[in-house]
Amino acid sequence: MIAVHRFLRSPEGLAGAGLLLIFAILALSAPFFFPRDPLSIAGPALIGPFQDWSLPLGTDRLGRDVLAGILHGARTSLTVGIAAAAAAIAFGAIVGTLAGFAGGLMDEALMRITEAFQTVPGFLLALAFVSVVGPSLAAVVIAIALAAWTGPARVARAEVLSIRERDYVASARVAGMHPLAIAFREVLPNALPPVLALSSVIVAQAILIEAALSFLGLGDPNRVTWGGMIAEGRAVLRSAPYLSIFPGIALVLTVLGVYLAGEATVEASAVRKGIA
Amino acid sequence: MSRHLLSVTDLAKRFSRGGHTLAALEGVSLSIDRGETLALVGPSGSGKSTLGRAILRLLQPDAGSISFEGRDLLTLRGRELRKTRSRLQMVFQDPHAAFNPRATVARVIGDPLRIHGVVSRRDRSSAIAALLERVGLSPKLQSRSIHEISGGQRQRVAIARAIATKPSLIVLDEAVSALDVSIRRDILTLLADLQRRENIGYLFISHDLGAVRAVAHRVAIMDAGKIVETGRAEDVIAAPQSATGKALVAAAPRLLHYAPTEEAR
Amino acid sequence: MRKLAIRGLGVTYRRDAEEITALTGVDLDLEDGERLAIIGESGSGKSTLARAICGLLPAGTQIVGSIDWPSLRRAPVNGRDVGYVFQDPSASLDPVMTIGKQIAEVARTHRGATWQQSFALAEELAGRVRLPDPASILKAFPHQLSGGQKQRIAIAAAIAGKPGLLIADEATSALDTIVQAEIMALVKQLVAEDGMSLLFISHDIALASQIADRIAVFRDGRLIEVGPAESLLTAPRTPYTRLLLDAHLGLDTTKPWHSGGGAASARAGPP
Repeated sequence: MIAVHRFLRSPEGLAGAGLLLIFAILALSAPFFFPRDPLSIAGPALIGPFQDWSLPLGTDRLGRDVLAGILHGARTSLTVGIAAAAAAIAFGAIVGTLAGFAGGLMDEALMRITEAFQTVPGFLLALAFVSVVGPSLAAVVIAIALAAWTGPARVARAEVLSIRERDYVASARVAGMHPLAIAFREVLPNALPPVLALSSVIVAQAILIEAALSFLGLGDPNRVTWGGMIAEGRAVLRSAPYLSIFPGIALVLTVLGVYLAGEATVEASAVRKGIA
Repeated sequence: MSRHLLSVTDLAKRFSRGGHTLAALEGVSLSIDRGETLALVGPSGSGKSTLGRAILRLLQPDAGSISFEGRDLLTLRGRELRKTRSRLQMVFQDPHAAFNPRATVARVIGDPLRIHGVVSRRDRSSAIAALLERVGLSPKLQSRSIHEISGGQRQRVAIARAIATKPSLIVLDEAVSALDVSIRRDILTLLADLQRRENIGYLFISHDLGAVRAVAHRVAIMDAGKIVETGRAEDVIAAPQSATGKALVAAAPRLLHYAPTEEAR
Repeated sequence: MRKLAIRGLGVTYRRDAEEITALTGVDLDLEDGERLAIIGESGSGKSTLARAICGLLPAGTQIVGSIDWPSLRRAPVNGRDVGYVFQDPSASLDPVMTIGKQIAEVARTHRGATWQQSFALAEELAGRVRLPDPASILKAFPHQLSGGQKQRIAIAAAIAGKPGLLIADEATSALDTIVQAEIMALVKQLVAEDGMSLLFISHDIALASQIADRIAVFRDGRLIEVGPAESLLTAPRTPYTRLLLDAHLGLDTTKPWHSGGGAASARAGPP
């Protein structure tokens, strides 16, 4: 409770949470305000923003509604960001726990694999994966998770290495608990907090990678994405820069919101620990 | 040999740290009978905790053998070892560190019941309640988090967990050292009472000869990884033979100017 | 002369929006050169008292009442007026600084000595706390020493500023009995040599009986009994003090107190 209190008293936390809340509401209300497919044609092409109040942010080269695109794009960005981060953290935490708890050969093997993944730039890995598997929402989520799981794995392993020497792990062994049960019931839950502290960075990174993949035309073709909208606007950048600027601003604000809220959460819980 | 509950023969363990090796255990032999308390006493770093953990198979000795209930403990692996653990339990020094910080009292005591299938799932809650009552706690504590109860209550919960599977031997590693003096006495009484009723053997690891004198039948004194003296508790404390034994007896805190009350006598 | 006069001291912590009262209405005096033991179990407030005297309580703690230093005309300075020895010697030493520097730093800060003088003093102090081979031990780092050696270093650092009051807060609880006895003898000797007052905080009334002129018993944040060691130990006025005395398990109590295990049933032998 006190952590929530502290969070709400920090201006960064409030700003971040406010931004995220706005985008979450936009994303959730998209089908309500714009029940039509955002990829369908809504009016004449290239109407500028604030000219026609039925199309407040104007239309693109094919006459698609920009505001509808941004609202529906928020759905894609947030879905992909959260799903990819959740997958990366879950997979990384499991690998890190197994490596740290088992030790020996298992640890060596798993950590060498982790390092192999780390040496390849995350974005290239995601790019390669999507171009092989083909663009779809699931493929993009898996590709991003593939690029991001190594951080959580290393943090989880370091934490597990210290926890496995604690008395309560010895106590679980004395009780006759199976090693896998010890790893996942006793050790993993206590190793999670520092791993979860990475989540804001990973969500923000995932949103950016998704945008970059879409920008390169490797996003799900049946969904509006901010990256795809920016790429679309590129062709008419001089005559209609707003087509790239609006989704760009949405992207920046979302990532900023995730960072600020994440930082404030970590700080609020850290202060709490310091006192106790 | 096998008529003893536990016989340890020529146990050795070395740790290598920063290039040089340290003999934590060297040719250690001892035995414990059913219903007997053997106290293992020594200064810190003497290897007494290492010995306790080796007997529980929490660390693997380099040489020697351990026979428990007539079976060679060191050859047991995996499933068989986990099964044997129901007979061989431990209570740790720090009741705060010995529990998963997220656990509830019911989970702490329920774990061994579940793992070894002592009672059916339906009867587990009442079995936990019965164990709590056995160690002098209210069954209402079940739903409490392990954080919310006091140090003395936590050590009682640790004892309840240890006796849940009806073990024949419990290693008590400095089990009362971290407790308040008024609580320590109650816990020692509880341990003695459980021993009398269930014929449990104790390995009572301590640096405190006062507590040892109160509960132990026999004493083994350790120093630098070796057992330097063994004997009946009252004999060793009255007339220690080894240098370590003499130092321990001389160092035990004495209450000056004190005349005990009639009840304490 | 009176060293300390504590009047109506009350301490309340705030933790997670909850108020926890650690001390209530404590009146206590400490004379120059006196050895006073503070005895209590966990939650008695004994460590809070020591920390209040040194101003070591966390920010936001509410303190009422007064702690006066009649012999000082200024506010007391930790290190120069009070030396503090904590329970855990490794927590009170800086792990990345050599032993010699840690002791010398206290001397330099509070005695205004040069580094060279301070190091000479550190070596002298290491000898006084009876560390073997002071010159080489001063070049070591804390992790290279045993628990007993670290506590000797912590004591040397605590007395380096020549304080008039030494506070030993459960200073021997983390040590085994043999080392504990050595540290007790050392503290006793240093206090006598330097004419310091001693505030000896412990849960162990037997330890206190070996060192204290007076004993104060705390329970649940209150001072429940204080008096000269001999009269408190032989004729305690409160049932709680009596309980603490009876709970002492020594080699000197007439007989083990329970009939179950112990020497009595050893005669019969295990069944």
